Amino acid sequence: MLLIHCPYCEEDRSELEFRWAGEAHIARPENIAAISDEEFAEFFFLRNNEKGLTYERWRHIHGCGRFFNAARDTVSDRFLLTYKAGLPKQPVPVAEKFAAIAEEKSVETWEQTEGDAR
Amino acid sequence: MRKYSVFAIAREAMRAHKGWEAQWTSPEPRSSYDVIIVGAGGHGLGAAYYLAKEHGITNIAVIEKGWLGGGNTGRNTTIIRSNYLYEESMDIYEHSLKLWEGLSQELNYNTMYSPRGVMMLSHNIHDQQSFKRHINANRLYGIDNEWLTPEQAKAFVPVLDISKTARYAINGAALQRRGGTARHDAVAWGYARAAADRGVHIIQNCEVTGIRRGPGGEVQGVETSKGFIGARKIGVSAAGHSSVVMEMAGVRVPLHSTPLQALVSEPLKPIFPCVVMSNTVHAYISQSDKGELVIGAGTDQYNSYSQTGGLQIITHTLDAICELFPMFRRVKMMRQWGGITDNTPDRSPIQGVTPVPGLFVNCGWGTGGFKATPGSANLFAHLIARGEPHKLAAGLTLDRFRTGRLIDEAAAAAVAH
Repeated sequence: MLLIHCPYCEEDRSELEFRWAGEAHIARPENIAAISDEEFAEFFFLRNNEKGLTYERWRHIHGCGRFFNAARDTVSDRFLLTYKAGLPKQPVPVAEKFAAIAEEKSVETWEQTEGDAR
Repeated sequence: MRKYSVFAIAREAMRAHKGWEAQWTSPEPRSSYDVIIVGAGGHGLGAAYYLAKEHGITNIAVIEKGWLGGGNTGRNTTIIRSNYLYEESMDIYEHSLKLWEGLSQELNYNTMYSPRGVMMLSHNIHDQQSFKRHINANRLYGIDNEWLTPEQAKAFVPVLDISKTARYAINGAALQRRGGTARHDAVAWGYARAAADRGVHIIQNCEVTGIRRGPGGEVQGVETSKGFIGARKIGVSAAGHSSVVMEMAGVRVPLHSTPLQALVSEPLKPIFPCVVMSNTVHAYISQSDKGELVIGAGTDQYNSYSQTGGLQIITHTLDAICELFPMFRRVKMMRQWGGITDNTPDRSPIQGVTPVPGLFVNCGWGTGGFKATPGSANLFAHLIARGEPHKLAAGLTLDRFRTGRLIDEAAAAAVAH
């Protein structure tokens, strides 16, 4: 289960309190009646589905109830960043990026996990 | 290829089993092929087999990033059924079910297809109406499916709890008797052996890293971790990684990849006669021939390529299993794993041509691709060979998201997610 930081409550809370709400930063067309079928399919159905860094919306449905944005790595499922709705796409801090890469490459050994437990 | 038979076993028994040959070869790739299929799961290997057998194209490579059958083909709960609502779905899943019935003989490989029945539990009036609608649609289309009262369901599955006070009380069930299970590994191995026998190259541990295109936009081949391999036709059958592979050719597909988990128990004596599914509580259960209870859970809510999933998902499923079958409360679970499913907005697969000449796609099978393996492979081979879809798969185009002609099995609730 994921531990998610809600930028409004400013707390790390369990995934059970949240709903995933799809890709972030998709702008609804200004005049949706005027767009072509291709543009509508693009807007309505096509999503990035990245392997790696993804920007997505979450909703703290069993908490404050508000939508917010998150940057997450879809390989490790690690949250790199969460920020409030309405803000432009936030760059992922370099340190976080390196931590995520290091985590992917590290192999979990018995010694390491035993070390953690102690 | 030496045929498997009782005589082969007897012959090998007399010489200490030293004469068995490898089931398929692992050749080095040629510089080019007529057709390249990306992904050596059941769908990809099967497509190569049917291309060789039915369309006379044998200069084929099936390229696999990991090992053969190591993706969703080896990670599913092996359920086979064709009781879908819409004609487009019924066409392809029923075509597949008919191929399952003769597959072991066709491949000379025991796929252990077992039509033991698939029962879908109804828990409320909405389920009941929906299932009866499915049953009527199926029967009008010539597919078996029948309604059972709770008592009839219990007669078929004696361990079912049908008491009115149960947490997930049932008010009936739909039963497809021809549905059942098969051995998932054997499907991949059987197709691999039969395809290799017809000259298909199966290239494992070779990751496709790019799709090279010519001046007219047409495909020329794939860049791989073993170098460039040319082909004028490429079929992508990469399941959860379809978005990643299609992106290499600049094609966006309406998919999102989510983990789906399954788990098996310690082996038990035969206790569970068929497959029981509950869409409402996201639980499926059957018993393998080894005796393990095979249990399928729901998908996680977010996109992920991690091949794992949240513990709360399987806990929820096991809650339901323990409520439906109280006698399993003390059974220990032995293994748990996840696969990455590629889900479309309407929960129906995509199989068809793409905007890129020479590039064909078979994806979006989501949480239910195993049952479709022979049918999908057979029709995908037709698509690649002819350049246009078979009439049974004509509705599964990528274009339907532009035209709006969706096959909305998601809304029909015939699938669990």
